Amino acid sequence: MSTSLKQHNHHHYNTHSPQPKMDPIPKTHNQDLNLKATELRLGLPGSESPERTTIGCVKNPNLVSGAKRGFSDTINFVKNGAFLGENKNNISGKDTAVSSSPKVPVAASKAQVVGWPPIRSFRKNSMAAKNTKNEDDPNAEIGSCVYVKVSMDGAPYLRKVDLKIYSSYQDLSLALEKMFSSFTLGQYGTHGSSENPLMNLLNGSEYVLTYEDKDGDLMLVGDVPWDMFTGTCKRMRIMKSSDAIGLAPRVADKCKSGN
Amino acid sequence: MDLNQKRTRTVDRVDSVDPDLVSPESTPMCPFPDEVLEPVLSLINSHKDRSSVSLVCKDWYNAERWSRRHVFIGNCYSVSPEIVVGRFPKIRSVTLKGKPRFSDFNLVPEDWGADVYPWLSVLAKAYPFLEELRLKRMAVSDESLEFLAMNFPEFKALSLLSCDGFSTDGLKAIATHCRNLAELDIQENGIDDLGGDWLSCFPETLTTLQVLNFASLNSEVSFSDLEKLVTRCKSLRVLKVNRTINLDQLQKLLLRAPQLTELGTGTFTQDLVTRPVADLEATFGSCKNLLTISGLWDTNSLYLPVIYPACASLTFLNLSCAALRSFELAMLLIHCKSLRRLWVLDTVGDMGLEAVGSWCPLLEELRVFPADPFEQENVAGVTESGFVAVSRGCPKLHYVLYFCHQMTNAAVATVVQNCPGFTHFRLCIMNLGQPDYVTNEPMDEAFGAVVRTCPNLQRLAVSGLLTDLTFEYIGKYAKNLEILSVAFAGSSDLGLKYVLGGCPRLRKLEIRDCPFGNAALLSGLTKYESMRSLWMSACNLTMNGCRVLAKEMPRLNVEVMKDEDSEDSQAHKVYIYRTVAGPRRDAPPFVLTL
Repeated sequence: MSTSLKQHNHHHYNTHSPQPKMDPIPKTHNQDLNLKATELRLGLPGSESPERTTIGCVKNPNLVSGAKRGFSDTINFVKNGAFLGENKNNISGKDTAVSSSPKVPVAASKAQVVGWPPIRSFRKNSMAAKNTKNEDDPNAEIGSCVYVKVSMDGAPYLRKVDLKIYSSYQDLSLALEKMFSSFTLGQYGTHGSSENPLMNLLNGSEYVLTYEDKDGDLMLVGDVPWDMFTGTCKRMRIMKSSDAIGLAPRVADKCKSGN
Repeated sequence: MDLNQKRTRTVDRVDSVDPDLVSPESTPMCPFPDEVLEPVLSLINSHKDRSSVSLVCKDWYNAERWSRRHVFIGNCYSVSPEIVVGRFPKIRSVTLKGKPRFSDFNLVPEDWGADVYPWLSVLAKAYPFLEELRLKRMAVSDESLEFLAMNFPEFKALSLLSCDGFSTDGLKAIATHCRNLAELDIQENGIDDLGGDWLSCFPETLTTLQVLNFASLNSEVSFSDLEKLVTRCKSLRVLKVNRTINLDQLQKLLLRAPQLTELGTGTFTQDLVTRPVADLEATFGSCKNLLTISGLWDTNSLYLPVIYPACASLTFLNLSCAALRSFELAMLLIHCKSLRRLWVLDTVGDMGLEAVGSWCPLLEELRVFPADPFEQENVAGVTESGFVAVSRGCPKLHYVLYFCHQMTNAAVATVVQNCPGFTHFRLCIMNLGQPDYVTNEPMDEAFGAVVRTCPNLQRLAVSGLLTDLTFEYIGKYAKNLEILSVAFAGSSDLGLKYVLGGCPRLRKLEIRDCPFGNAALLSGLTKYESMRSLWMSACNLTMNGCRVLAKEMPRLNVEVMKDEDSEDSQAHKVYIYRTVAGPRRDAPPFVLTL
């Protein structure tokens, strides 16, 4: 049980924990670190032995000797040189602060330390899982999800749908109609069959469902096979037909002048 | 009686059951007959009071031990199960805590110990009618849970917090065999989640459930089984579901259980609107007894307002899984005038905290967690101004846990001036060794202000750039301090010496990465028996220093955890605790008891 639990925990950490940003610790400074070098590990949560993993740190067992003396050195180091451990009485570190090279200590103090900040693993994992969703990529693919934005002309806000959960255009349009029905019913009441107000609207040519593909072109939904569509669709837009000249065949028929 | 002395005698008490040692003059001092004494004592629930009662005289000691129903063991290695059952014959409820708190942050290796099984096998013989078991930081295996389920026919309440070693199979055993289960509270454990079918193991005859908390499990459960369970358990008052439960399902559950006092929701948003938002809002409005709401994963401006109708009577709002922005929090808090406890993520920013100060005058506890704890550049989060804003609007604030990237001495001083009633002050400036970012001075004066201004301070966690002066202040002023957490602070042995020389009420001291050495450790020689435990890791201790301590104080267990990398003479991680059970026999190879 314990082995499988270990693996499970690590899997959990590895898939969800965000990569810490850090500057690599220069080798020369490691020699000054002594005991601290073996402590300031860049161990990611859930690495095989969290207290041993070093990334960018040279692990030197020789540095452990003389640890006592080394520690006050490393205290200087950790404190950005702002306060010298030996000089207990000199509390106003202002004058001494800036003299020691600030850059290197800053780099190391940004290194990720085991168990710091003191956040429980449970909380780290649940928040990390959330962070992966808020990537800059608007169509974040998490596992097998493809989220695309859907806008509707005239609606106050957009929605996002996961294209992977639908298997056909019909599924998608049913879902979209449910999502946006609150914006259309107000204007049009229930006409036609009330289960498909959006389809009715589309059939009635008031609205057209379009999408933007990988090349940035505005396309009519329904032309390509479903799988190709889910692979190339970047966002969708429910447009008013009056704006969709040149796209929807029906509309094009009505507006022969086109452009 | 000097407090230290009193504590030591309590240890004596547990050690020898011979009551004659209690009062040398064993003449009948106590005029109360047992028939009067026992019922009176049975009304006393605080274990500290009960300890005091047991010290009065032989008769009171006996009356107390026969009337005690709940035993609290703060360190499972401080006493053996045999001693406990020998002293208290009629226990119905046991609370056990195991690993040192820093195990929550990966500082304690796995297989360190705190296995609950040895306790269970003794408890099964002595207390076959045990009803409640609450475990914190214990190692719990599926076998242990099965044993528990099979050997205690009256078992009613299981609470597991921060435990590890078990899987959902163990929960299956509990659900299947505990016919009278009233409480199943699973929180933040290292659990192997193999699936959600454990929930379907509750028999249809089970109607006694009052508390069900599976918020921290990941697997989907059978919703129809859950709904049936909630429907038939009419006394259900606490229901905390996990993230897989969607809004639609939550609605159904709430309609079945409008009597709930504590609710943990699942995912609080949905892509497909299958039911208008107004319906959800009405459902929340019909839950008149809600005092606590938590969960609220992924919620946003569209869905969060559905809880507004339930907010007026809320006393505890846990938003630590919902990354709200400042205006979302502000809009919500307008409705939460009775709020006493609030947990948020730092995504709400200082402006969100200003809203807290404006709308929650009764607030007593605030916890602000970092949404991105390992992000060190370009982080927003909260600063000192949010902290001050809360203190201005919430004079009753007495518990704070605050994660931030910057702080000033002046701000902390202002905060404690506004709220002098602090009992728990835990400030975590996440950048190591960070000074006051305005003056560039150490944060000594901040914590000096805290200990000087807050006479009721029981728990303190310090951070930032700190010299020995901080500890001088703590030792001198923090007369009621019981728990102190220190990391990356101090300049020399003096720091620790100040604390050990002051702080008469200190019970738990946990220190990591500080320049405290053997001299400091040994300066507290006589103090450790009055404390529950001391943890020191990555300090300047050596094996020799620890050996001296172990030799001088035979009633302490001085355990050193060996690290592969550290030299043999270094004592890399040291855990010291008082005990009447002697050195532990289940210590793994990397733990040396000196």
